[in-house]
Amino acid sequence: MKRPSKLSFFGLITLLLAVGVALILHRHWVYEIPLVQGETQVVWSVEARIEFIAEDGPVTVAMARPTEQAGFNVLRESGASPGYGLNFIDGIEPRAEWAVRNANGVQKLYYQIDLLESNHLSETNVVPPKLYQPEWQEPYSSAVNSIRDDAFATSAGNFTFARELIKRFNENEAPQHVQLLRRAYSANLPSLIADILNYAQVQATVVYGLELEDGRRRQLLTPLLRVWEGNKSQIFFVNNERTTDKPFLLWEQRGAPVLEVIGGRDSNVRFSMLRREASTYTALTENAPSQESLLNFSIHSLPVAEQAMFKTILLLPVGALVVCILRILVGLRTSGTFMPVLIAIAFMQTSLGTGIVGFVLVVALGLIIRGYLSRLNLLLVARISAVIVSVIAIISLFSVLSYKLGLTEGLKIMFFPMVIMAWTIERMSILWEEEGGREVMIQGGGSLLTAVIAYGAMQHPLMQHLTFNFMGVQFILMALILLLGSYTGFRLLELHRFAVFRKPR
Amino acid sequence: MIKSLISPFSLKRLGILGMNRRNRDYIARYNERSLFPLVDNKLITRKTIGQAGIPTAELITVVQVQSQVNDLLDLLAGYDEFVIKPSKGSGGKGIVVITGRDNDSEGEYFRKSSGVLLSADDLKRHVSNILSGLYSLGGTSDVAVIESLIHTVDEFTRYSVEGVPDIRVIICRGYPVMAMIRLSTHASDGKANLHQGAVGVGLDMKTGHAVRAVQFGKAVTHHPDTGQDLLDLSIPDWHTLLVMAARCYDVTGLGYLGIDMVMDKRHGPLLLELNARPGLTIQVANNAGLLTRLTKIDALSDAETRLPAEERVRLSQSWF
Repeated sequence: MKRPSKLSFFGLITLLLAVGVALILHRHWVYEIPLVQGETQVVWSVEARIEFIAEDGPVTVAMARPTEQAGFNVLRESGASPGYGLNFIDGIEPRAEWAVRNANGVQKLYYQIDLLESNHLSETNVVPPKLYQPEWQEPYSSAVNSIRDDAFATSAGNFTFARELIKRFNENEAPQHVQLLRRAYSANLPSLIADILNYAQVQATVVYGLELEDGRRRQLLTPLLRVWEGNKSQIFFVNNERTTDKPFLLWEQRGAPVLEVIGGRDSNVRFSMLRREASTYTALTENAPSQESLLNFSIHSLPVAEQAMFKTILLLPVGALVVCILRILVGLRTSGTFMPVLIAIAFMQTSLGTGIVGFVLVVALGLIIRGYLSRLNLLLVARISAVIVSVIAIISLFSVLSYKLGLTEGLKIMFFPMVIMAWTIERMSILWEEEGGREVMIQGGGSLLTAVIAYGAMQHPLMQHLTFNFMGVQFILMALILLLGSYTGFRLLELHRFAVFRKPR
Repeated sequence: MIKSLISPFSLKRLGILGMNRRNRDYIARYNERSLFPLVDNKLITRKTIGQAGIPTAELITVVQVQSQVNDLLDLLAGYDEFVIKPSKGSGGKGIVVITGRDNDSEGEYFRKSSGVLLSADDLKRHVSNILSGLYSLGGTSDVAVIESLIHTVDEFTRYSVEGVPDIRVIICRGYPVMAMIRLSTHASDGKANLHQGAVGVGLDMKTGHAVRAVQFGKAVTHHPDTGQDLLDLSIPDWHTLLVMAARCYDVTGLGYLGIDMVMDKRHGPLLLELNARPGLTIQVANNAGLLTRLTKIDALSDAETRLPAEERVRLSQSWF
């Protein structure tokens, strides 16, 4: 077998490194993206994707858009919608309006907004909407009256009144009339409370917001309650108090409809979001359309939903490099070459502790079930399919069990790649039969250790920052992997394996 | 310094071959991928090797499809001793050695070399597992090869428990470079795999005498079960055996091979299987590094690899 010469090999490595470094520096200097985090500000890109079916005629679509609010500054907004005219209408109810003379079939409209996370918490004044007089039929009418009177008596102003109402609806052992209302309005409790408040001459409405979490796709808006007292207003989370400290963006602030489509049907809007860090200067000056330059062929020109997906994909090479290092330089044995990387990705979604406990539990239980299956004398494909079904059963069981026990962490076990887990169990089971439990522990432990280290590397904020913002990093990773592939020296564990060659003294 | 580690520089000085170098500089360099089926599929190995006149264990039958499994007892009628192997198995996985039959009211039983009894159904299930690819590389479907049992020459029986000792010779570009004999123990469950606890005894290239013995990577002097002095061990017909091993290179074209052979009482040296990824523990058993010897082979010209097998063996024996 003829091999390319050493010279051309190292030439290729040098080329890859040079291209990588050049790309990184270009992005650093031209787009002013900091190499390390720090002195940066968080920019959120939120994308709304509107879908509907146009009915062969003129179409008008209006969607509420977020405005300056406590915690966020709007940097820039843009829309993408071939053939449509787009207008951003400001005013007390800011909207984006798309219009077209004729459209037919499935339509997709995009709206993207970049927001700078800021610390200033000055309330923006939102003009209160008009009071309205809701009506209920019996028995709801008397239930509403009763709960309104109860809450009114134990409150001092509009805000405490609203809080008392919410508290009553969230009580575990609520009186009969509250339970009646809860059952009837379970799906739209916020609007019921808004109605009761209006009924009691308090200006209130349902507004919509979005919890921002990096990389989430296809999200829906959360309904909230906004209550006014004079010119001041407050936001209330209706279903239960928020426990996370994730930033919350109010998409619609005044009770106006979020999406109106005229000339179409089956409309819906979904949201994707992405977090990135930028120096204050670039965050303020960079304009979205200017990213079209060829050298900036980075994924940042893709829609936010796709970018969010790439954020994980771009981390895979880091995991692959970790596997290379551990197998070639250290000599760790794993079951399945890249299975640990997939497990590490699952860990990123579940958090490490939950992930490890979940992995060990699923594999251990799976091995027991597989032990029974092996006595049934099944054909291989059927047996692995049976293991897949069992893995799914185990995972569902754990999810339900942990939820019932109040351990919501346990729900995250769903993120495990089930087919991969089934193969892992099958392989470990065969290994157990042939080589004994020791080898299973060695390979299982090796896989788990590799997964944890890969997780550590991929989870590191600096690594995430670098891989996502600098395409050049991929070239450098490639060069490193190629270099490792040509390493013919000893592995770390071989130094132990061949320790018998030490001269006796 | 920590007792259980050795510095990479000492290893280099001793000429020890590491896993990375073996994979890149020997397996990837000398073994063409397209030739791998020759060694990974025992049925093809048998055919190729048999055509070249290298003796192998007698073939009883091959079970190719599941429907044949039900006729297994008919296929095996008249045979009391046999070995069932997955054709694409590796590392001795899925090999069952039957040394006799038993009958009782429940039906017929087969006795494994370890003494465990298998019912006819157990045996059928095992063959069915082999066919569905349980033991094959990558889980692809497989065939079961059934061969007659090998009877070790009397000199060896006292060195081995339950299993047949096999002789492993590393052949690089047709030149034998290192050899050892692997003796099964109770710990290895009758298998001749070193990592499962079999004893490896390094063999001198010139004479076929034992050099040193190891179990679990540590030096031993006596067989842990039979108590025999392992350093007395010596292989009869050593030169013939090496020539047979060296000829496998001419037949297969694979430049880096581990060749496993057994000494049968009636048929003499028989080829058991070929391995395109031979392990590195042979170095521990010989207390010598492979790399020192392999570099010498690397320096040979292509013409020298085409010398007759006898000549190559003679050269190797003079060098190592």
